[in-house]
Amino acid sequence: MSALLQIRDVFVRFRLRGGIFSSVGTIDAVTGVSLDIEEGKTYGIVGESGSGKTTLARAVAGLHHASEGSILYRGQELRDLPEAEFRELRREIVMMFQDPIGSLSPRLTIKSLITEPFRIQGMGDRDLDTEAKRLLTMVGLPAEFAARYPYQISGGQARRVGVARALALDPKLLIADEPTAGLDVSIQGEMLNLLARLQDEMGLAIMIITHNLNVVRHITDTVGIMYMGKLVEEGPTEEVFARPQHPYTLALLAANPEPDPDAQLMRVELSGEPPSILRRPKGCEFHTRCPFVQPRCSTDVPVWTAAGEGAHRCHFPEIWTREEAVAS
Amino acid sequence: MAVLDIRDLSVSYATPRGALKALRDVTMKVPEGKITGIVGESGCGKSTLISAIIRLMAPNAKVGSGEVRFKGEDLLSRSEAEMRALRGTEISMVFQDPMQTHNPVLTVGRQMIDIQYRDKLSKADKRKRATEMLALVGIPDPQARLNQYPFEFSGGMRQRIAIAMALMAKPSLLIADEPTTALDATLEVQIIKRLRELQDEIGCSILFISHHLGVIAELCDEVVVMYAGEVVESGTVRDVFHNPAHPYTRALLECDPGHIKVRTRNLPTIPGNIPDLVSLPTGCIFADRCDVRYDACGARPVMATASSGHQAACHLIAEKEPA
Ligand SMILES: Nc1ncnc2c1ncn2[C@@H]1O[C@H](COP(=O)(O)OP(=O)(O)O)[C@@H](O)[C@H]1O
Ligand SMILES: Nc1ncnc2c1ncn2[C@@H]1O[C@H](COP(=O)(O)OP(=O)(O)O)[C@@H](O)[C@H]1O
Ligand code: SF4
Ligand code: SF4
Ligand SMILES: [Mg+2]
Ligand SMILES: [Mg+2]
Repeated sequence: MSALLQIRDVFVRFRLRGGIFSSVGTIDAVTGVSLDIEEGKTYGIVGESGSGKTTLARAVAGLHHASEGSILYRGQELRDLPEAEFRELRREIVMMFQDPIGSLSPRLTIKSLITEPFRIQGMGDRDLDTEAKRLLTMVGLPAEFAARYPYQISGGQARRVGVARALALDPKLLIADEPTAGLDVSIQGEMLNLLARLQDEMGLAIMIITHNLNVVRHITDTVGIMYMGKLVEEGPTEEVFARPQHPYTLALLAANPEPDPDAQLMRVELSGEPPSILRRPKGCEFHTRCPFVQPRCSTDVPVWTAAGEGAHRCHFPEIWTREEAVAS
Repeated sequence: MAVLDIRDLSVSYATPRGALKALRDVTMKVPEGKITGIVGESGCGKSTLISAIIRLMAPNAKVGSGEVRFKGEDLLSRSEAEMRALRGTEISMVFQDPMQTHNPVLTVGRQMIDIQYRDKLSKADKRKRATEMLALVGIPDPQARLNQYPFEFSGGMRQRIAIAMALMAKPSLLIADEPTTALDATLEVQIIKRLRELQDEIGCSILFISHHLGVIAELCDEVVVMYAGEVVESGTVRDVFHNPAHPYTRALLECDPGHIKVRTRNLPTIPGNIPDLVSLPTGCIFADRCDVRYDACGARPVMATASSGHQAACHLIAEKEPA
């Protein structure tokens, strides 16, 4: 059986309008991403800011135009689908933005906010009081919250309201962009537990986007690591954590120090900062920061290579396990 | 000797609903030449504490009681002019948003020369020192970059420059309020490592605020844990993180995703919310979320000694306290 969502060689290009002196150019924010999300499964996209995560997600949700490639949802091509047709699909594919409530009107009650999808989809004739109650209960909030306003609830509660709104129409695919960003650790878990529970109950597929690798460890089946608009590694979550192939994945793992002063640190410090995507490095695009860089890395482009149950884009996978590399 | 010695500090904010008691009887120290971390979740009073130390408080803030001793002298009784002379020389600050430090219309070099106005050095020497400082915090090609404006740098670079500027005056105390929170994790570790090296080299004391336990564990010598405006635990990083004495610290450590190694669909959380700081509960501030509360908890606990140099404000610790 084919995957619920199949993304193939997708590029997203923005037209860039500079100041009065600079010419108009383009930015390639997503450069050839391919991945599959199976029905009822969770796929985590991890990468640091500017790596193209949100752009990719928005392309899937029909909010950005993909300039090349193919996005198949249940076999139907979404790229270049007219907005009128996409609208129907928004019952099944929903996107939950980073700050789902903060971005909405502060003058609407929680009830109006979470039942808005019914009105947008022309289903406003439903009993919205009943729906609001059902949705609030589903995300573990008291039914009285329906009458409140966004400023009357806490940050963690606001995120739950965001989940309720996203799941109002019983979608098949939820795209959650940084659902725990800005939340304190004591409530991050609540949000992830809620998503895990709803996934089990509703058979939902989730594409979860985060800059924090730890966040996806427990909730995802598969992870893809993005750097400068490309996937550099993908694999079953357990595999990737146990045996990262790409040095960037290793660096992300190492950049999350444990709350233990005596923890055995596998210190992988990257040099410098991510280069501008307007000046992409030749060869391996990660070579300017890679602690294990070898001569051929700056000239030869590494291709997407299957390894075990996953795949990566590195000439020297698992190089960190070799003693001479770690010592250098 | 402690560079900074805060005793029973209470600060409240005037709000339409009444006084919001943001800090209550906070007592803590920053020992000489050490890095002390303050950790706690949003709203626990970290920024209020900093603003009271450097006396840059919101207009509606009021110090109710307490002392902030810096090198033995109480800062709360200093004049505004004395405080101004202290800030940026003896005590320097780095904030979460480095643009708070930088002037957007002046080059980085100009700003770094300007802050040396007290020194009797030639302009060329000041420029040389600025170059050295930028190199020290890890800015490549520092000489050329002095001629650039803040917006020409990435967020990570701007934060390095802010640290360079803060250390320029060789302060006795550097206060950093969530300086790496807005940065990507790989950049955060770079800066943490550099800060540690700089501290070794310059020998100043650092008060480092963060909500990230892993960063505190890696960077700090001592840690102060705050909850809802109170210090609930303090001690060496090793004591506090290996043998947390307060139930809140224990719960917070359990929730840290870096702590959870076994895959689970049910992550630990701390159920409930922080109490309303306008109408405070009587008794232990953590009681309504504490999973081991008992009869005694209806009364407010005081700091008790768990082991030498390690304290917690919990009745369970007081009971076991060595006499
Ligand atoms: N609407 C846009 N116009 C131009 N550039 C954009 C736009 N949206 C994003 N970008 C650029 O595309 C790159 C990827 O951004 P984004 O997808 O937001 O990354 P992430 O979500 O991983 O932080 C960045 O360099 C960003 O500046
Ligand atoms: N100017 C202000 N007026 C009223 N309340 C404030 C003000 N500044 C902070 N607070 C409140 O004081 C408490 C502590 O805030 P803060 O010191 O910023 O915490 P932290 O830095 O730990 O997140 C919070 O409840 C916050 O809402
Ligand atoms: S190809 Fe070379 S530079 Fe790129 S990640 Fe692998 S080792 Fe590093
Ligand atoms: S004093 Fe009581 S309620 Fe407070 S932390 Fe200790 S056991 Fe829990
Ligand atoms: Mg994003
Ligand atoms: Mg703060």
